[in-house]
Amino acid sequence: MARVVVDVMLKPEILDPQGQAVQRALPRLGFDGISDVRQGKRFELEVDGPVDEAALARIHDLAESFLANTVIEDFTVRVEEVAEAVK
Amino acid sequence: MTARIGVVTFPGSLDDRDSRRAIRLAGAEPVALWHKDKDLKQVDAVVLCGGFSYGDYLRVGAIARFSPVMDTIIDQAKAGLPVLGICNGFQILTEAHLLPGAMLGNDHLHFICRDQKLRVENADTAWTTDYTAGQEIHIPLKNMDGRYVADDYTLDELEAEGRVAFRYVDFNPNGSLRDIAGITNEAGNVVGLMPHPEHAVEPLIGTGRTDGLPFFTSILKKLVNA
Repeated sequence: MARVVVDVMLKPEILDPQGQAVQRALPRLGFDGISDVRQGKRFELEVDGPVDEAALARIHDLAESFLANTVIEDFTVRVEEVAEAVK
Repeated sequence: MTARIGVVTFPGSLDDRDSRRAIRLAGAEPVALWHKDKDLKQVDAVVLCGGFSYGDYLRVGAIARFSPVMDTIIDQAKAGLPVLGICNGFQILTEAHLLPGAMLGNDHLHFICRDQKLRVENADTAWTTDYTAGQEIHIPLKNMDGRYVADDYTLDELEAEGRVAFRYVDFNPNGSLRDIAGITNEAGNVVGLMPHPEHAVEPLIGTGRTDGLPFFTSILKKLVNA
């Protein structure tokens, strides 16, 4: 089994009030020096079988049509190495 | 012979009964449609009502957009079937790309529920002919994700083509770009807006006015005269 991670973020020009709320809370919590926070989504897909080019292409289509709304969001697809020692 | 107007119920829909009631009060025949059915029961128009379809999981309207009933609605809307999306229905229409842009969380991060003043900017769509352009109306607004966004090119195009159908007046309740409360597609058969006309069809409830009723009488006239 392999894991593919899809990260979805609002496009830079889209206002992210949730990220702003997190950022504004930071000084109160004693975290200084963070000028901006943007909040996104991370999807972890456990893939049966090999993660070859065809599988990645299908996941790319899935991300583009469903996991992200490309009117407002950008996404990245990457294969995550699952460390054997952790298992 | 009157017009038959369908109202889709998704898991999480809230305003399907109110929408059917509004249709009936306007003089048309409401028809209940189910999200799992591809069959539209030969209705003449469809209302996608408010609520939280599929729990608003992933993004508002994102999962409803892929339901069996939407497959048929998307095909038929492209062929001219009148469709009105209210609140969650508007969100579904943007996710389905029947209307441009997208809906995001209110800029103040709170749920909002208020009587909202709107200006009808386009009185030529299938759902707005019983208004006059420039008319100001009060209808209830209640949502968490009402912030309309689109890129500048799309916004300019909507403005130039008169496709901003409704605009918030006096107060922008959610950070929608250019105070946009509702839009129409190019053909004028698909209209979406965040406020709820179906809650303003009787003097006894809602805003105490019937400012929402013309949505339903407009479409009835169009269908009966067709």
